[in-house]
Amino acid sequence: MSEHKNEHPDEQKLLEGDPDTTGHVWDGIKEFNNPLPRWWLWTFYATIIWGIGYTVLYPAWPLVNGATPGLLGFSTRANVAEDIQRFEEMNADIRTRIADVELAAINPNDNPDLYNYAIQGGAAIFATWCSQCHGSGAAGVQASGYPNLLDDDWLWGGTVDEIYLTVAHGIRNEDDMNSRYSEMTAFDDILTDEEITAVVQYVRNISGQDHDGSVVDLGGQVFYDNCASCHMDDGSGDQFLGAPNLTDAIWLYGGSEEAIEHTVRYSRFGVMPPWSAEASDAGRLSEPEVRAVSVYVHSLGGGQ
Amino acid sequence: MSTTEEPQKLYVSREPVFPKRVSGTFRNLKWIILIVTLGIYYVTPWIRWDRGPNLPDQAVLLDLANRRFFFFWIEIWPHEFYFVAGLLIMAGLGLFLFTSALGRVWCGYACPQTVWTDLFFTVERWIEGDRNARLRLWRSDWDVRKLRLRVTKYAAWLAIAVATGGAWVFYFADAPTLLVDLVTGQAALVAYVTIGILTATTFVFGGFMREQICIYACPWPRIQAAMMDEDTITVAYRDWRGEPRGKGKRRREKAESAIATSYAAGPRVDGLEPGDTSSSRTGTDELGDCIDCMACVNVCPVGIDIRDGQQLECITCALCIDACDEIMDKIGKPRGLIDYMALTDEANERAGNPKKPVWKHVFRLRTIIYTALWSAVGIGLVVALFVRSDIDMTVAPVRNPQFVTLSDGSIRNTYDVRIRNMTHQPTDFEITLASDQPFEVELEGQQGNIVNVPADSTHLQRVYVIAPPGSEAADSNLTDFRFWVEDLSTTTRTHQDTTFFGRDLE
Repeated sequence: MSEHKNEHPDEQKLLEGDPDTTGHVWDGIKEFNNPLPRWWLWTFYATIIWGIGYTVLYPAWPLVNGATPGLLGFSTRANVAEDIQRFEEMNADIRTRIADVELAAINPNDNPDLYNYAIQGGAAIFATWCSQCHGSGAAGVQASGYPNLLDDDWLWGGTVDEIYLTVAHGIRNEDDMNSRYSEMTAFDDILTDEEITAVVQYVRNISGQDHDGSVVDLGGQVFYDNCASCHMDDGSGDQFLGAPNLTDAIWLYGGSEEAIEHTVRYSRFGVMPPWSAEASDAGRLSEPEVRAVSVYVHSLGGGQ
Repeated sequence: MSTTEEPQKLYVSREPVFPKRVSGTFRNLKWIILIVTLGIYYVTPWIRWDRGPNLPDQAVLLDLANRRFFFFWIEIWPHEFYFVAGLLIMAGLGLFLFTSALGRVWCGYACPQTVWTDLFFTVERWIEGDRNARLRLWRSDWDVRKLRLRVTKYAAWLAIAVATGGAWVFYFADAPTLLVDLVTGQAALVAYVTIGILTATTFVFGGFMREQICIYACPWPRIQAAMMDEDTITVAYRDWRGEPRGKGKRRREKAESAIATSYAAGPRVDGLEPGDTSSSRTGTDELGDCIDCMACVNVCPVGIDIRDGQQLECITCALCIDACDEIMDKIGKPRGLIDYMALTDEANERAGNPKKPVWKHVFRLRTIIYTALWSAVGIGLVVALFVRSDIDMTVAPVRNPQFVTLSDGSIRNTYDVRIRNMTHQPTDFEITLASDQPFEVELEGQQGNIVNVPADSTHLQRVYVIAPPGSEAADSNLTDFRFWVEDLSTTTRTHQDTTFFGRDLE
């Protein structure tokens, strides 16, 4: 047997100069001729035809004002509008029920389906309309006086009905005649600096914070004369007037001496828009939406 | 070198392949695998398995709408997707193992493309006859007979294709109900579309594309090339034994008759004894064992000549081995001119050493490591299957805000606790907390610590944990504690560790 015959058949072919190459040689490396299958070419042509058909049938070519509409009249906007329409039809019944039932009955035990819908929908409404001031986690912003909605302290009441009234009509706004309203006096021109310092120390005393005991008696007298009509004799506040409870650990604008003194001297005037479209032209939410977001806020841990 | 005058063709038409019928060891193995795999595929959705009321009684069901996977006694929820991931890892490692040990054995025996193409070949053979008849038919002009055979063949293929696409959708819905719905036109559009697509792909891939899918469309063979090494068993031709090939049978007969004549003629002048059949005597020493009968080429489903060496088209279906062995038996030569062997065998056998047994190729460090990894994942999954409980809990601390100060100065953290009740009845769960801190627990919307979760469902419960004013947890940054959830009827418990954020007084 000759050595040559023992070579691998492929090698034999190469040695014999038989291989089908393209004739291209780079640095001695030859390119084999491996033509593509014909059906591959037909598939490529088919995609072109498909592409032309697609641009004719569907919106495709950009023009100055929009795009070619396509023969099928397909529109993602119209699809979304249809989807929204369909969802609203699907939800029409549950929305009616949410508007009709007593707010307190929307709870996981009596009406689990309504409660679930109100919580889910309320969360979306909150994220859209409320989170700008109250924060996405509803913890408020103390520096700006946006209340924390998670705690158990409420300026205007923490039952779901009171929360509903606050959401529907807002606070201290001029758009809704039924908005909650009260106004604290600015005592800068009324009380002396000594009296203001004393009443600040008194307020820190009744809220259990560090304070200067020597002026507390004077501060108590100032408080009784000027503040107790709204904040009550014991400083526990009055939710009917939106007068905050000054004895607890929660402060709308902060409980430091500086923050309290600022409040006493210049007052505060936090506002909230009305949200009920039925109650006010400025309102943006329908009745079921106001009720859903009220239930949601009530469920965040502070509801009473 | 090709001619320069004539422009080269960039595209070629598919060369039709007409594989001949073959019988033998590997063909029988392929029949068994074909029957078993197709049997499993078509029959599985129809097996019933009683799970009690309110649950499907289909043994294998991918219930996408309800996010459940049922497999006989096993029920997988979406959060247990790691089982699917584990099975995919096992499938991957299994392919590594089989490829490094046995080459493209998946392609040759188990790949759906191979199995269905094999089935289509079988049908084709029944209707149009074996290789020569099919070749003749292909070359012949169109007439009534050709039309009849073609229509019959396509109809049979289409029936198989519809059954294939049809069987697929039964895995995703109750099979008997869906079959009635499909027939009466009541089924969902997605079912018809799925059947339509799978029918089309089966018909086209099995009937027309065939080896083109393996050569041009499938990435797996290219990946497999990276997993094979010199010890990998693959289908190869012993060219050192077969070459030079020649239509040797007739020449051999002639030589034998010459020997027979030599007996009559008495002692020969060349000094050899009469009856000596050595190759030098018979004049066949120039020829190897290959008689160039083309049997290996004629049975090849991808249309190659294995004697050209390993080629990327070869799916190692081993039908050429069966074909060649049959011929070797007939001409009285040893089997194995075409055989399963490894690259290292070539040098070894050329050097005249005996054949290395297959198991010595298969059991080597690489395959043992793959087997160990594969088994480890498998054992892990089985263990996970047995230790998993019917209840499960995840705890997501609400960190926006991290904590809330209450009016009495206590600190409250909020947790979203998700309880999965995987038992088949509504169950009361008690949520408790393990800590040395004087924490209080409250459940949103519930009285007390007990929450009822309906059967086979998940309940999201908002849980408040409150640290009294002045307590260590309230005044320090982080406190670890553990949630416990207990199924009150069976006292099965599960727990989850989490942390409590207090006011950092530092």
